[in-house]
Amino acid sequence: MSSISVRIPTILRSYTGGEAEVKATGSTVREVVADLDANYSGIAARILDDNGKIRRFVNVYVGEEDVRFADGLDTPTPDGAQISIIPAVAGG
Amino acid sequence: MSQTAARNLGPATALTCRECGESYDLGPHYACELCFGPLEVSYDHTGVTREQIESGPRNIWRYRGLLPVPTNVTDTPNTEPGFTRLVRADNLAESLGLRSLWVKDDSGNPTHSFKDRVVAVALAAARELGFKVLACPSTGNLANAVAAAAARAGIRSAVFVPSDLERQKIVTTAVYGGTFVTVDGNYDDVNRLASEIAGEQDDWAFVNVNVRPYYAEGSKTIGYEIAEQLGWRLPEQIVIPIASGSQLTKIDKAFQEFIKLGLVEDRPYKIFGAQATGCSPVSAAFKAGHDVVQPVKPDTIAKSLAIGNPADGPYVLDAVRRTGGAIEDVSDEEIVDSIGLLARTEGIFGETAGGVTLGALRKLLASGVLDPEAETVFINSGDGLKTLDAVAPVAVPSANIAPTLEAFRKAGLA
Repeated sequence: MSSISVRIPTILRSYTGGEAEVKATGSTVREVVADLDANYSGIAARILDDNGKIRRFVNVYVGEEDVRFADGLDTPTPDGAQISIIPAVAGG
Repeated sequence: MSQTAARNLGPATALTCRECGESYDLGPHYACELCFGPLEVSYDHTGVTREQIESGPRNIWRYRGLLPVPTNVTDTPNTEPGFTRLVRADNLAESLGLRSLWVKDDSGNPTHSFKDRVVAVALAAARELGFKVLACPSTGNLANAVAAAAARAGIRSAVFVPSDLERQKIVTTAVYGGTFVTVDGNYDDVNRLASEIAGEQDDWAFVNVNVRPYYAEGSKTIGYEIAEQLGWRLPEQIVIPIASGSQLTKIDKAFQEFIKLGLVEDRPYKIFGAQATGCSPVSAAFKAGHDVVQPVKPDTIAKSLAIGNPADGPYVLDAVRRTGGAIEDVSDEEIVDSIGLLARTEGIFGETAGGVTLGALRKLLASGVLDPEAETVFINSGDGLKTLDAVAPVAVPSANIAPTLEAFRKAGLA
């Protein structure tokens, strides 16, 4: 089981007790989000919509790669990977 | 950072999520805590009149009664952007076969792009919200505007740009001082980095990230000015460049506000969007009939529009479809050709984004989507001096001669 470091955006830190970075496990983004939810109950529903897809205004990165350019929630998360969850409403 | 409830942000009353409608007190928030949707400024600005606006300064602060800024905004040092010229483009109209065409030439702003408008509003709001540093990720024009506005305000700036930016935009940012960082990545990479830094530096106002709801409102002033400069009426068609898509949606918001306030007649207008083919995620979604925008990796000379993951893409699609407009994209060759056409016909040297917008206008006209009989405005959002490389190969002297009358005659230049 891969050990993953996840960066938490400000508006989700109420779930992580204020922590900006937490550890999780899982071999895909989907598994990592499920593991996060097991430890920080309710956080998955903030990241995913009612259909279980990544919300329209959430960007998820594995390393520097936007998972929308990879396999979305099925994007692999190798051991030691860094995941960042970032509000998409930025720029321009 | 100040967390006091009483804020003087003029007519602004709250922040409201565009996606789910959740409402928040005015503060340093930008994404909805429930759904991550973008927050939008809500107002109570009933009673604003033409006379009030006309008696204001000849810059964006004449519209301060419609912006999320302190009522005394003109008392603190800021730039005074806006009220740029609206040029009646008869020569260009004739060459294209249009009845009535205008160019809103925003190269006339203090740092030569429309970004001075949004930054001036962001600076005013950021001060009120207690931020200490003015920051941004940028494709260049915003970098110029933030660095200059922070210098004027006497506060620190922190600007992040892709390292492959045009040399002109590097120099015209660095000259203002402040912290200026080039990043090995494209704009979307820089944007992600800025979002992560914003999560750590509480007193940094990234104008287009954590202050974005306020910042974006500055683009409304383009729409206000066009309506006022046309003699208090809306154009029938308007062509607007799309990067994040914020400018387009805010010009639409401006027109809607003017209608609601009774400042202009309520008549239909069509909004058209313009992208470079090398970065055309919104145009592609429009053409495919989608209401979501699939991000792309940009590859175009129009670097100021090279945002592969445009935050306001879905709302651009809404506004364009609601008004019966369309979105078109043009190649790098078409961009360069249109920069030249605008310069030769109207004496306006637009930047690559201006070439994109005119190029899209021409394409929409050729395909019969744009009505040649309807009054049309298009935006030139920046100055060609900042993107010299794009036209340098084709913009060359007619001849080089010795300083003699004989040489002049021989060269056949008479």
